[in-house]
Order: sequence, then structure tokens, then C-alpha cells
Amino acid sequence: MDHYTMNLTLKVWKQKNQSERGHFETYQVKDISSEMSFLEMFDVLNEALVEENREPIAFDHDCREGICGMCSMYINGRPHGPWHGTTTCQLHMRAFKDGDTIVVEPWRANAFPVIKDLIVDRHAFDRIIQAGGYISVNTGNAVDGNAIPVKKENADSAFAAAACIGCGACVAACKNSSAMLFVSAKVAHLSLLPQGEPEKRNRVLNMIEQMDKEGFGSCTMTEACEAVCPKEISVDNIARLNGEYLSAAGAIDK
Amino acid sequence: MLDSKIPAGPLENKWNDYKGHVKLVNPANKRKLEVIVIGTGLAGASAAASLGELGYRVKAFCFQDSPRRAHSIAAQGGINAAKNYQNDGDSVFRLFYDTIKGGDYRSREANTHRLAEVSANIIDQCVAQGVPFAREYSGLLNNRSFGGVQVKRTFYAAGQTGQQLLIGAYQALERQVALGNVTMYARHEMLDVVVIDGKARGVICRNLVTGELERHFGHAVLLCSGGYGNVFYLSTNAMGSNVTAAWKAHKKGAFFANPCFTQIHPTCIPVTGDHQSKLTLMSESLRNDGRIWVPKKQNDTRKANDIPEEERDYYLERRYPAYGNLVPRDVASRAAKERCDAGYGVGTTKQAVYLDFRYNLINKYGRAEASKHGIENPDEATLVRLGKEVVKEEYGNLFDMYEKITGENPYEVPMRIYPAVHYTMGGLWVDYELMTSITGLYALGEANFSDHGANRLGASALMQGLADGYFVIPYTIGNYLANEISVKPIPTTHEAFEVAENAVKDRISSLMQIKGKQSVESFHKRLGKIMWEKCGMSRNEKGLNEAIEEIRALKKEFWSNVRIPGEINEMNPELDKANRVADFIELGELICIDALERTESCGGHFREESQTEEGEALRHDDQFLYVAAWEYNGEHNWKLNKEELEFELAKPTQRNYK
Repeated sequence: MDHYTMNLTLKVWKQKNQSERGHFETYQVKDISSEMSFLEMFDVLNEALVEENREPIAFDHDCREGICGMCSMYINGRPHGPWHGTTTCQLHMRAFKDGDTIVVEPWRANAFPVIKDLIVDRHAFDRIIQAGGYISVNTGNAVDGNAIPVKKENADSAFAAAACIGCGACVAACKNSSAMLFVSAKVAHLSLLPQGEPEKRNRVLNMIEQMDKEGFGSCTMTEACEAVCPKEISVDNIARLNGEYLSAAGAIDK
Repeated sequence: MLDSKIPAGPLENKWNDYKGHVKLVNPANKRKLEVIVIGTGLAGASAAASLGELGYRVKAFCFQDSPRRAHSIAAQGGINAAKNYQNDGDSVFRLFYDTIKGGDYRSREANTHRLAEVSANIIDQCVAQGVPFAREYSGLLNNRSFGGVQVKRTFYAAGQTGQQLLIGAYQALERQVALGNVTMYARHEMLDVVVIDGKARGVICRNLVTGELERHFGHAVLLCSGGYGNVFYLSTNAMGSNVTAAWKAHKKGAFFANPCFTQIHPTCIPVTGDHQSKLTLMSESLRNDGRIWVPKKQNDTRKANDIPEEERDYYLERRYPAYGNLVPRDVASRAAKERCDAGYGVGTTKQAVYLDFRYNLINKYGRAEASKHGIENPDEATLVRLGKEVVKEEYGNLFDMYEKITGENPYEVPMRIYPAVHYTMGGLWVDYELMTSITGLYALGEANFSDHGANRLGASALMQGLADGYFVIPYTIGNYLANEISVKPIPTTHEAFEVAENAVKDRISSLMQIKGKQSVESFHKRLGKIMWEKCGMSRNEKGLNEAIEEIRALKKEFWSNVRIPGEINEMNPELDKANRVADFIELGELICIDALERTESCGGHFREESQTEEGEALRHDDQFLYVAAWEYNGEHNWKLNKEELEFELAKPTQRNYK
């Protein structure tokens, strides 16, 4: 792998807090190594800003391994930037070349208000989980783990859905700011397993109700969410959710 | 002074007897009792959920934007449990024994045995919650092997086991939030513990969004705040992982045990340059199928695939034929360092060894698949193709991550790996009930010291975090709270809250007033460099003495020259970091003091002065069969308290993985 360095122009969203208006600010960064991660490039920029006695850019990040779901940058018009199936923290600078201009914004959605600069409030996702994204089992003497066999393909599909990291890229990519991919991934994860079966109906109804209450938009199946999802969660989950929702709603009407 | 409160009776009966006689709190009284939980990783989330289910009024805090993001989420390989589903000779005793031996006989037998006992319940609980563990075609749970063990007892979900377990605990937690039993405070950092009449009664937290300080009362406080690996700056921990909660408790009287027991994990992606902000682990589970090697020739500059088989040194298989590539982490790390120091390292920096999957990809998986598909005499290309599919299913996300970071395809060329700081066995001293030396203050999970001795075995951190939260604290906390039922919630206007909040306020304003020239990050990097070079994979008296002096000087410089931009009463990540780094600097000094005092080698603590002729760690059980529990007595001043370790069932012997 050949390594190189580059100089870049960054246009970054700056916003003091939730109530004040934000604006783009332009920064120059020099001698960025192609081996750096995108966030390490931001570290370098922030170090320079502290040195110049200017305020660094606030951004969410934690594990930097693509799994905690905290990082959330909208890079050149795409959540998490140009690489497919990749979080911002795993995007590396070899994706860019010398002289590039990179535009970085926070997630944009009414349900995700900006807290500061690139940091948004994703608490709405937690409230959707509270509405039913669990199996109601208390800690205690659960039956033996092998007492209920689970078909391998169901376990695998449940795992693929459960791999969602709750970053919100699906919402940021959607023209309607719909949270359907997120909600459907949880609904599918739990309803594919025998343990999740008993609460299937209420779960889907309650989670959708909460999703609407939070101000997320409706799903029109453009599949933009799947295209940007860093964990490659499939829109098939949305189809499953729709099916479950219809049958649950119908059952309750009777 | 140090009463570990280990119940009497034979080791295998202690936990059952304890549970049978422990004090209970009736449901009506539980509703009057408030419990504070700091941290929402596996230990914190499972504790908060379980205590909420029991009816206690719980307040849980995390510094991240959601409890689901705690760093347990990044654990990859798996979770151990003595289920013996494989019929390969596993048992509670073996899991207990492996853990004690793996920890180089520096853990507490009673706690470790309890851990092994509840391990099987954890798997059952997680399955009931909907954790999608890997399964066989029969629909039954699958297992893999981990280091330091000769059975297959590790349950897993691809390379994302921590994520799946944490989401299970997080969902249980959110269910309790919905039911009103738990109140969740995200983006909050604990900055002090409030002690009233010798008992922990609350915390001072900073709301990281507004910068405001808050006071919270609790009849008991649980620290589930994780480990302190970030004292080394570069580690596999998350950027925000910090020691602050534990350190504040330490300064208020909680003893800090075995701080020098830090785990350097053998298989991480090597450092590429000064810009590096963190290191990424490649799961130990990869050593199931990956073979570690370096060239037999020093300073060999050929590409890995150009080096013929007979010119490769599979040094772990050579030195440790019984365990081979699956020796414990401390042993594997030191062996890698030894090869690199001797000039056999690979890659541009020469600080790396190869982890190669080709052999098993072809011979283990490729051949099995070919046989399943009825392909006779398959050629190598077919075996590679078939093997790849299985490897992808087992470790796909890890291989992808490796490729994203390095730009190299590990299906084609061997991974380059090098040891990195990963986990800290040391932590707050706790007794059998997980209570620290402050009454009413508990420490769970990685934040305590008790179960892993001087070296933790792979897939045991998840086990311990969940054991403490789901199955230990719900019992042991009752033994304390049963005596607190008549204590009314203390108003946070109480003088002790006032004093604690003012101390926090003063410290923050002194930090902001320094207005020096150096960034917080630069101090953290310098601390990390001192720690890694002088208190890392190998330690000696001279280096440790130097490190202590250097850290003291660094502390002075930090408090006179750090620059923190922004304001106090707003979101200010630089200030958050400054609070954490100030504590890391103080902890760094204590780690070196502890390492200096322990003039033996054991587990992850390797003192160059104490090694066998073959370069293996040499313990001195006659002098060091104790837990070093440090008591804070003012700046640069600690008193050593010793808890003698007694081994009833697992008699200490020289570890042998040959």
C-alpha cells in the first residue's frame, strides 16, 4: 500500500448550541497522511485550533472501531462519507486526494436536534426502544440456552438485524427523515427468534407509534437508508415490519 | 483492616450458602431505596436492569449519548461459560481452575469460583433476552476456543459478541426505564462521590451538554465505570474510557488494588504514526485459526507470501507445543516482543508479527467444505474459495475492519499484528460482596480487581461484567440495604453535597484559569509514552523510578501550562478530557509505584529482574502472594495494605503451557 500526504479544505458546520443559528466555517489542513482515519484528521485540525486559541470542532465519537455508533458525520452529502458499509471513524484518508474540499455537516432531522457543531441528540432512538424493543424477561432462572433450538438461518438473520449500531445514518440519508430501517431492524431481530414471539404484535405497534411521536417521517422505500447503513442492514427488514404491522393492526381491530 | 468477607465453608458451597443466609429487603422497602449506577456497560446495564426489576429505584449515568454505546460493545470474540455442551471435559471446576491459573495465582479464589458457577446462567439469561448467539444447523448453540484453555467453552456472535450482549442488557435497561424503575442520565460524568458518616450517599455529576453540576442522592452507589487502559494513551479502549469515577472514589477512601496489573493484548493492528489516536484489537478468537509467525532470518524484507514455509518460524508452536497459538495473552505478547526486539519483526516499522490464516483456511475449512460438497481431490484454488466462505462467516467483520484500517486484504496476505494495551485487571479493591473500602460504595466489572489476578483469559471480561451485574450484586446489595431501610433520602442540600460540589467547581475553575500553552491531548500523549516505555510489557527498577519522577514533573507542568478553550457552562469536550487526563496522571504514578514494589513477575506484570532462564515470568509466592491495596494519603503519598491470598483448591504452581 503506497502512502501519501495531502492538503485539504474543510467546510464544517459550526453551531454554538441548540438555539443559535449555525453556519459553515472553512478550515485548511496540511500534511494529512493517507494512513490516518477521518477522525484523526479532525484531531489534527482540533489540535491546531487549540494551539491558535480558537475553539475546536465538537463531534461525537468513542470506540473508533465502527461499533459503538457514536460517530455521525455527514460527509460530502452522504452519512459516514464515501465508503460503503463504513462508519465515519473507520473511513480512512486514502479515500481522498490532495487538494480536495470536504463538506462536513451533522445529521439533519427534526427528531435529531443539533446540540453543538456536529453533535446531535439521538435520544429519540432510546425512547423507541423503551416503547417495546426488548423481550420482557427478568433476570433469574431462564431455561437452558439449548432448551429451545433456533433454526440457524433465523439466528443468522436475527443477528444480521441486531448488528444495527443505532447511529442514525438511515435517518440522515432519508429525504423524509424516516427511522424505519432502525425500527425494523429491532422488530426483525426480536420477532425472528422464538423468545420474541409472544410480544410480537404489541412490539411493532408500540414502536411505530413512538417513532411517529418523535417526529420521524414516513417511509417511501427509496432504500437510501440501506445504501448508507454502515452495518449494511437490509430493507427486507422494513418489508417484514410492514407485514407484522398490518397483521397486528388487523388483529387488534377485531 | 481489609476484611474480604469470604464466607466460611468449602469453596464450592460458599456462594450457595451465602445466598441462603443473606439478608433480604422486602418489596415494599425496596421501593424506598435508591441506588446510583455509574456506567452502562455490561456490568452497569445489567446491574441497573436487574435492580430495577427487583423494585429498587435506580438512577443510571453514562458519559456517552446513550447507554448502548458503552465500550463493552466493542468486545469481539466471545463469552465463556462452563456449559460443557461440547462434551469435551468442561466443568465449573475447570473454568474456575483455568481462570485462576491464567491469572497467575493472583486472584481471589472465592470470587473466581462464584464467577465460574454463575457463568452458565448468564448464557441462559442472554438467550432468553434474544441475544442471537452463533448456532449450529441443529439449532443448538455453537462454541469456539480461546487462549489458555483446552476446551471449547466460548459462546459468540460472529466477532461482535460484546455488542450483542450489551444490546441485550441495554434493552433490559430501557424496559426498566419505560416502567419507571430506572431513570437514565446520558451525557453525564461523575466527578465525585459524596460520603456522609462513612457511607457513600451520592454523587456529583457534570451534565456534559450544559456544563452544570448536579447532585444526586443514593442509599448505595455502584461504580461500573470500566478499566483504565487509556492511562497509556494508546489502547484498545474507547476514546472516552476513563478512570475518573474510580479515581474520585479512591481519593475519598476506596483502596485501589493491583494497579500495575495491565493486560497487553497480543493481537492488535500495529501503530502507523504519531497521528494515531487509538489501537484496534483483532480478536483473540482469530488465534483459533490464525498461526503466528515471523521469518527465520533477521531483517527479512521479502513479502510474507514470498517467504517459503521452511523459512517461517511459528514461534508460539515451537516454544509452547501443548497450547501453541492459544497460549494466554501475557505469554503471547511477550513472545512477540521478544521476536521483534531480536530483529525478526515485519512490516515497515519492524514492530509487528504475522497472523496467517492460509493454513487453516485451506486445510481445516477448505477440506471440510470440499468433503461436504463431495468434491474429490480439490485443487488449492477450490479449497481457498470454499474455506474463505467459512472464515467470512466466523470472522467477517474483523477481516473487513482490518482491511479498512490497513488497506490490505487479510484473506490474501497475513495480518500484521502487535501487542497493545487492552484491559486492566487491577481496579478498586472489593470484598466478596463487591463493596469497596467505602461502606455502601460498590465496584463491578472491569472497575474492580477481584477475578482475573495478574492476567485475564480471553472471553472472561464479558462473563465477569454480566456475572457481577445480573447474578452477584442483586444478592449482595440486599445484605447492606436491609440495614438502610429506615434511612430517608438525604436532601442534596446536606453540607456534604455542598462541600463536594464546591470542590468539583473549584477544580474545574482552576483548570480553566491555567490558560497555558499545551493542549490536553499533548499531555495525555506524553503520559502514555512514559507509561508504555517504562511500565509497559516489561518493567525494571530503574525505568520505574524514572517514570515516577517524570510523571510528577508532568503533573506540575499540566497544572501550570494546560490550555482549555471554551467555557465552563457549555458543552466543552476539551474540558471533559482535561478532567480525565488530570486523573490519569495521578493514577500513572500509582501504577508505577505498585509495579516497583512488586519485584516479581506474574501475568501481565513482567519485571526484568525476575525471570527464568528461558525468559518466562518468575513469581515469588513466598513474598507476593497478596493483593496490593493502596490507600490514598495525600499527594504522592500512598499506604500499602495487603490482603493475603489463600489457595484452597488451586494450589499455585509455575504456569506451564508447554
